[in-house]
Amino acid sequence: MSDVRTATVPRPAVPYLRIPPDADPYLVGTVCSRCAATFVGARKVCSRCGARGGMGTMALSNEGTLHTYSIVYRSFPGVSVPFVSAVVDLEGGGCLKGNLINVKPDPREITFGMPVEVVFRDAGRRDADGNAYLSYFFQPRTAGGGQAR
Amino acid sequence: MSGDVYVLGIDMMKFGRYPEQTVPELGGQAALMALDDAGLTIDQVQALYCANLGQANAMVGQRILREIGQTGIPVVNCANACAAGATAFREAWISVKAGLYDIVLAVGVEQMGRGLLGGNRADGISTEGLLGSATMPAVFAEAGMEHARKHGTTFEQFARVSVKNHHHSTLNDRAMYQLETPLDTVMGAEMIAYPNTKLMCSVNVDGAAAAVLVSERKAKQLGMKRAVRVRASALTSDPWQERDLVMADVNTCTRNAATQAYEAASVGPEDLDLVELHDCFATAELLHYENLGLCPEGEAGAMIESDATALGGRIPVNVSGGLLSKGHPLGATGIANIYEIATHLRGEAGKRQVAGARLGLTHVLGLGSACAVHVLERVSP
Ligand SMILES: [Zn+2]
Repeated sequence: MSDVRTATVPRPAVPYLRIPPDADPYLVGTVCSRCAATFVGARKVCSRCGARGGMGTMALSNEGTLHTYSIVYRSFPGVSVPFVSAVVDLEGGGCLKGNLINVKPDPREITFGMPVEVVFRDAGRRDADGNAYLSYFFQPRTAGGGQAR
Repeated sequence: MSGDVYVLGIDMMKFGRYPEQTVPELGGQAALMALDDAGLTIDQVQALYCANLGQANAMVGQRILREIGQTGIPVVNCANACAAGATAFREAWISVKAGLYDIVLAVGVEQMGRGLLGGNRADGISTEGLLGSATMPAVFAEAGMEHARKHGTTFEQFARVSVKNHHHSTLNDRAMYQLETPLDTVMGAEMIAYPNTKLMCSVNVDGAAAAVLVSERKAKQLGMKRAVRVRASALTSDPWQERDLVMADVNTCTRNAATQAYEAASVGPEDLDLVELHDCFATAELLHYENLGLCPEGEAGAMIESDATALGGRIPVNVSGGLLSKGHPLGATGIANIYEIATHLRGEAGKRQVAGARLGLTHVLGLGSACAVHVLERVSP
């Protein structure tokens, strides 16, 4: 990830993205100890069973499968199109929406259930103060399940 | 025990673009039309329930009364995404059902900009196009693709929804468009979010609709001839689902609302003569065929191909032209759908009349999610 570790550490694009100083970035989630529901991000109460305590922190998997998608051709000004808006089920729990990259934006090239991995890249956009952001993306997983980045 | 609730008067203005008018003016116009339809005046109305999203914090209901008569009655302003109009109608229904009032008014009104709805803004950077898309065409495309994944539904089957609904609206002069769109035109239109092309997205328009609801006692007193009985009113939110923080679930809340409404009315989908459902995007209409029980699981694609949901078919859906072609002024949509059904039940729908219609269902879906279903019945023999 040396490409994103420039002079200043980037900020996370979402609150559930952790950027440790000496390790790879990862996404965090919450698991309910009563009903085992998993959630992306932190929470104190389980919206599935209503449990008010016993919510544990977990690192979300970087591997998952494509649940559904759309190929977006019209977006807001300044957003480059087309891009693939993808909903991905993570292994071990959690569901994320994000851009599916390194695939042709063509329904013939995209398969439901295809294995994808979560990768972390510069968001490619800065805030009003010029700060850089790190975000997550999905890309097709290679047959060997390798984590080549 | 206060008996059934009846729609005594209901009307909608032609949906279109009215930039020169204010939201209260549009709402006031529809309110007066509905009062005229009921043969009543604002002095007789005991409460007002008003739906609007664009000015949800700006007392639209009270401003409507400033246009048409400030009688000092209670006003409730409702925002519930695209279910706002039906929510206002339902709140009005509840108040009469509870025996609190005999005559109440529900108004839905919206003035829309053009262009994409949805999107989001993070504190630091915009996430649209970075974390997928939160625009409405993409969100409902993803919901449609989930159906395609399960049942093999095709782009062409989704596109046929638009062909049908645009055709229907050629028979409805209150609709924004009266324009045929053949299949190749729909499929060849600008792709917005696959599989939704521009002609498969609802039209942003201005509009207003209003209904006068009365108690059974009052309906008997004022005349039942054109009254429409509210057989059921159901409102749900989305129960927990694994993906719902990422992908709003539009299906479960619709299924739950439909089940509750059929049970309350002691009817089934097979008893319906017509349906107005929330076709905010062509993909959505097919999902709701199954959600409302109009066809068995997985058969929505075949159902649109069979013309069963076209005017003249087994169960006509969105004979008004639907949100796709009549237009979708968010806060007004829920009451406009009820207007369409009521007009058929009264036998006053002209060229697009569903012959002999006795029982109809309306459905709206506010993303995030709120679902309202109403079952309406003709009273006169
Ligand atoms: Zn739980």
